[in-house]
Amino acid sequence: MTQRLSVSASPRLPFLTGYYAGLIALLYLPLAVLFLFSFNAGTSLSFPLQGLTLQWYERLFASPEVLRAARNSFIVAAGSSCGATALGTAVALVLMRFRFRGEQLLFALAMLPLVVPIIVLAVALLVLFLAAGIDRSLWTVAIGHTVVALPFVVLIVSARLAGFDPNLEEAAMDLGAPYGRVILRIVLPLIAPSVISAWLVAFTVSLDEFALALFLAGTEPTFPVYLFSQLRFASRLPVMIALAVLMMVGTLLLVLIAEWIRRRGQAATVR
Amino acid sequence: MEHRTTFWTLSLPPFVWLGLFFIVPLILMFALSFRADMQGELLSAWAPTFKQYQTIGAIGSYWRLLGISIAMAFGVAVLAIAMAYPVAYFLVFRAGRAAGLCLVLLLIPFWTSFLLRVMSWKFLLGSDGAINSLLLYLHMIAEPLSGLLYSRSAVIITLIYVWIPFAALPISAALQRIEPELLEVAADLGATPWRRFWAVTLPLSLPGVLAAFFMVFIPTVGEYVTPLLVGGSRGSMYGNIIQDFFTKAANWPRGAALSMVMLVVTLLLIALAARLVNVRRLLG
Repeated sequence: MTQRLSVSASPRLPFLTGYYAGLIALLYLPLAVLFLFSFNAGTSLSFPLQGLTLQWYERLFASPEVLRAARNSFIVAAGSSCGATALGTAVALVLMRFRFRGEQLLFALAMLPLVVPIIVLAVALLVLFLAAGIDRSLWTVAIGHTVVALPFVVLIVSARLAGFDPNLEEAAMDLGAPYGRVILRIVLPLIAPSVISAWLVAFTVSLDEFALALFLAGTEPTFPVYLFSQLRFASRLPVMIALAVLMMVGTLLLVLIAEWIRRRGQAATVR
Repeated sequence: MEHRTTFWTLSLPPFVWLGLFFIVPLILMFALSFRADMQGELLSAWAPTFKQYQTIGAIGSYWRLLGISIAMAFGVAVLAIAMAYPVAYFLVFRAGRAAGLCLVLLLIPFWTSFLLRVMSWKFLLGSDGAINSLLLYLHMIAEPLSGLLYSRSAVIITLIYVWIPFAALPISAALQRIEPELLEVAADLGATPWRRFWAVTLPLSLPGVLAAFFMVFIPTVGEYVTPLLVGGSRGSMYGNIIQDFFTKAANWPRGAALSMVMLVVTLLLIALAARLVNVRRLLG
C-alpha cells in the first residue's frame, strides 16, 4: 500500500485534496440549504432566516395525507423489491449456472430496462394498463418498479455467483442431491448477503422513483408524486421541505445498512 | 430431468414477467403509433397509417429538440466526467487509508432522493430563492438575478450536480485495477509524472470513463423531470413533448410515434458507441 502510494505518483498535485474538499462542499450545499430552511420560522425560502422552529415537523406529523403517501411508498417499495429480487435472483442463477441457447437473449432482455428511456417505458406501461382495462393504482406503480429494479438485482447477484466455487454445488450433487435442493440448501444461503443487498437496492430504487410513478399512480400517490403535487402551493413548502429532510435521512439509513451488509458478506468470503 | 425442472422454474417467471410488462407494452406502443387519431376504444381495430410519422417528419422543432436533448446529455456526461475524474483519482491514489470514508462522503448526496436534489436547485436558483436572497441580503446585488432558474443552463447545472458522484464510481473502479508495477516501470524508464499519467494511467482508465459516460448519457437523454422542475418552457427536453402528448395534449398516437423515434435513436446511439469502443480495443 505504501509502495503504491509512493510510486503511483503520476503528477503529484497538491490541489487534488483541495479539489475533493471543494467538490464535496458543493455537493452538500443544496442539501444543507434544505436542511437549514426546514427549521426556519418564515414560510419563504429566502435569507435572512426568521428564527428557528420545529413547527413544520409537528405539522408534518399532524397531516394524514403526508403519512398516507409515505405509507403508499413503503407498500410499493416492499412489494416491488420482493418481486424484483425473486425474479432477478432467478435470472442470475439461470445465467451463471446453466448453459442454454437463449442465454444471450435472456441477458439482453434483463438488461434492456436500463437502456430504454424511462419516459418511453412509462408511457408504454400506461398504454398497456389502459388497453388491458386495469385501473392505475399502487399495483401498477409496483409492477413498473419491478421492471426497473430487476437489472440491478441481476447484476449484484451474478457478481456474487461468479465469485464462489461451483465445486461446492458439484460435491453436493455427487452426493445425490437434486439440483433444486442444492440451490435452496447451498447456493441461496451462500449468496444470501448479496440477495439482501440487492433487495435493499431495489427497495431504495422504488422509494425514490418518480418518473414512472407520475404516470402510473392513480388516486393514491406515492411519496415523490405527492411531494411533486404539493410544490405548487407556496404555503405548504416548509412542511414539504421538513418531509424531504426526513425522507433524506431515511433513505440514507437504508443505503448505509445495505452497504454494511454487502461489506460484511464480502469480508466473510475473504476469510 | 431434475435439472430441467429447476431450469424452467427459474427461467419461466422472469421471461413471462418481462414479456408481459416490458416487451408487450413496447409492442403496443409501436402499434399505437400507426393509428391516425384517438377516436374510439384504445384496442378497437384501426387501419395502420404512417400519418403520425409523416407529421413528425415535417415538424422541424421536434427534431431540433431531439438534437438539443442528445447534445445536452452529451455535454452533461462529458462535464460530469471531467469534474468526477480528479475525485476518482484522488480516491484511488491519494486518499490512502481515508479512501473508504471519502467515498461514502461522496456518495451520500447521490443516495438522497433524486427528486429532492433537483428540487433543492429550484429553491437555490429561484428569483426569491436562497442564492438571490442571500446576495440581496449581503448587498452584493440590487435586483434579483432572474435568469438563474427556468433555462437550459439550469437543467444542465442541476443534472451535472446530480451525476458527479455516480460518474466517479466506474472511473475509480478502473483506476483501482491499474497495476502499480506498470507505473513503477514507467518511472524506472524515466517518465515524468505527467507523462506517466498521459501514457499509462489515463489510457488504462478509459473503460471506466466510457462506462461512466453511458451511465450518465442514457438516463439524461430520456429526462423529463428535471426540465419540468428547473427548466420551465425555455429549458424543456424531448421527453417533455412525449409527456405532453400523453397528458395535456392527449394525442397518444403522436406521443407513441415520438416515443418510438426516441427509443430507436437511443438504441442506435448506444449500439454505435459500443461498436466504436470495440474497434478501439482491437486497435489498442
